[in-house]
Amino acid sequence: MGLIFRAVLLAALSLSVQAQDRFITVASTTSTEQSGLFKHLLPIFEKKTGIKVHVVAVGTGQALDIGRRGDADVVFVHAKTLEEKFLAEGHGVKRFDVMYNDFVLIGPKSDPARVVGMQDVAQAFRMIKAAHAPFVSRADKSGTYFAELELWQAAGIDIAKDKGPWYRETGQGMGPALNTAAAMNAYVLSDRGTWLSFKNRADLDIVVQGDKRLFNQYGVMLVNPAKHPDVKADLGQAFVDWVISRDGQQAIAAYKINGQQLFFPNAAQ
Amino acid sequence: MILPLELVRVAYRDIIKPLSISIDAGPTSIILGANGAGKSVLMRLMHGLLPPTGGEVFWRERDSRRARRLQAMVFQRPVMLRRSALANVEYALALAGIPKPDREGLALKALDEVGLQRVALRPARVLSGGEQQRLALARAWALHPEVLFLDEPTASLDPKATREIELIIRAFDAGGTKIVMATHNLAQARRLGDEVIYLHQGRVLERAATDRFFSQPASAEAAAFIKGELPWV
Amino acid sequence: MESIGTAMSTALALIAGADPTLAGIVGLSLGVSLSAVTLATLFGLPLGAAVAVGRFPGRDASMVLLNALMGLPPVVVGLAIYLLLSRAGPLGSLGLLFTPSAMIMAQTVLILPIVAALSRQAVEDAWREYEEQLRSLGAGGFRAALTVLWDIRFSLVTIVLAGLGRAVAEVGAVIIVGGNIDGVTRVMTTAIALETSKGDLPLALGLGIVLIGIVIALNAAAYLVKEAAQRRYG
Repeated sequence: MGLIFRAVLLAALSLSVQAQDRFITVASTTSTEQSGLFKHLLPIFEKKTGIKVHVVAVGTGQALDIGRRGDADVVFVHAKTLEEKFLAEGHGVKRFDVMYNDFVLIGPKSDPARVVGMQDVAQAFRMIKAAHAPFVSRADKSGTYFAELELWQAAGIDIAKDKGPWYRETGQGMGPALNTAAAMNAYVLSDRGTWLSFKNRADLDIVVQGDKRLFNQYGVMLVNPAKHPDVKADLGQAFVDWVISRDGQQAIAAYKINGQQLFFPNAAQ
Repeated sequence: MILPLELVRVAYRDIIKPLSISIDAGPTSIILGANGAGKSVLMRLMHGLLPPTGGEVFWRERDSRRARRLQAMVFQRPVMLRRSALANVEYALALAGIPKPDREGLALKALDEVGLQRVALRPARVLSGGEQQRLALARAWALHPEVLFLDEPTASLDPKATREIELIIRAFDAGGTKIVMATHNLAQARRLGDEVIYLHQGRVLERAATDRFFSQPASAEAAAFIKGELPWV
Repeated sequence: MESIGTAMSTALALIAGADPTLAGIVGLSLGVSLSAVTLATLFGLPLGAAVAVGRFPGRDASMVLLNALMGLPPVVVGLAIYLLLSRAGPLGSLGLLFTPSAMIMAQTVLILPIVAALSRQAVEDAWREYEEQLRSLGAGGFRAALTVLWDIRFSLVTIVLAGLGRAVAEVGAVIIVGGNIDGVTRVMTTAIALETSKGDLPLALGLGIVLIGIVIALNAAAYLVKEAAQRRYG
């Protein structure tokens, strides 16, 4: 009994001590966190500034919503149109380009739509629809989903109208969507990072990559302290500044999975 | 002295019709009646566990706390705490305000009186039914009550245990405690009672010395009850 | 797909090797849930006892309400606490959202009705048994209540263990108010959800094994407590 009491006391104390650390809350996306970038990047930042970073990783839409409520100090997502809307609403101070990675089109080795090796991803999409090949869509408010929608548009297809049973909207994050695609032997649009870390590949592999339209631009914004007074403006700004600084950009470039660089820094100098 | 106890037109819902009765020190009073006659309710009204819905209950001692302190009640099923037999008696002593150093000795004496000293440290709830009832009496005895209420104390016990309990009740009586006992057991009433208060459907139909009651019951219902013909209400 | 067998053996290796990530997650789970159960018992037990013993208008409604609240969906509690603690919400300036404290709050709200409703039942049953005898012996209301609570302490311990089991196993409340932040608010259940979604089974399985182990241990403890009590006190 005494042991339990002491354990609880210790837990409560350590939890309250945590609350005293200098820390900021960054709202970002599941795919960014699952790529492992933060595990690599944040210790470097913390060592330099002593500021801990708590990353809440959710879908892009939800991350921006968290910023709108002022529950995060910094927003770090990859959906430029939505980020600019966020800015226009007055929730962000200023948007900075940080880095880009790319999406890859994943598909079954059997390649029913005959798109392997194509350079034009929009054409690939047209062929998938023509073949009614199974295609898994995230259909959540994520950056990846919005990128997928833009590609359907680029292919000249009104997917909301023209979808059929071959188009599977799962409402899931990247990992589960890949799992679903592996189980169904379907095509799916994924960010390269999640794909590189994904282990249940079954018969899937990259079928189309390198098209400029597959590039995924990341932006960072400080949540506007004028609108949300509780935002840790100084600490948040320190993070924003560092991430676009030479140090931060180099740290981003240094992150590799299996020897492959995942993110390409492109903050304006 | 908290006795005499006066019930003045005391009623309880429709179980006890308004009755007035006086309980004095001395003779062992048996409240006799069939099941459902209202014996348990009447006992609880007397002991103060139930507030009457009509009329009033008066003890000679006006301070109700003092009056309660000098009464004890033993129920048909003994209620013991999850502690040793000794601790259960000590608990009662603590409630009575006996200082801690004195409790153990007094409790052991009480257990001794009822012959439970060898199980003093056993958990009370593992004792047999008869032993637990003896323990309840020991607990009551430790407080040296002026009045001891007993509500069908042996109804759940076998004949041997019943005999043991009756011996203890007699000892209480010999020690000067007023006994008020409810029972539907005619033989027991004869053995223990000095007077019989016969209860029938919430009314006191008769009150008489035991011998007279059993040989010459004044009411037809009492006569039928004695003959064992009264249906269980 | 990596065979379940391989995943299992990797999981067991993680547990045997006391992998620090695993240990941290388990430690946080226990810390949060233990704190929540402590608070829930502190407030829930007297509440349950009071409703059991008290006679007040609306008593029946209170009993029904407590029983109903036992079935509060964790995810709804999470949402409610989130809205309270969000900086856009009434308690926002406390800065508790996405911290373990928020998780403790949410779990306390979740567990409190369970502790209150179950202890109400236990106290009510015991009260029915003891009340007359205790009053006859001269125990006043408060004293009698304490005596009864002490006498049913083993049942109460079982209730607390049940509450702890429920807290440790839930994910809906803590994932919303905690944000599943790596190293800060990631507990066993939220980590299992995350690792499963990543398709990374070994850690998820390892955590699942530990979690089931804890739940079994809690139930075993409850059983042993009841057995010991029965043997010692009857």
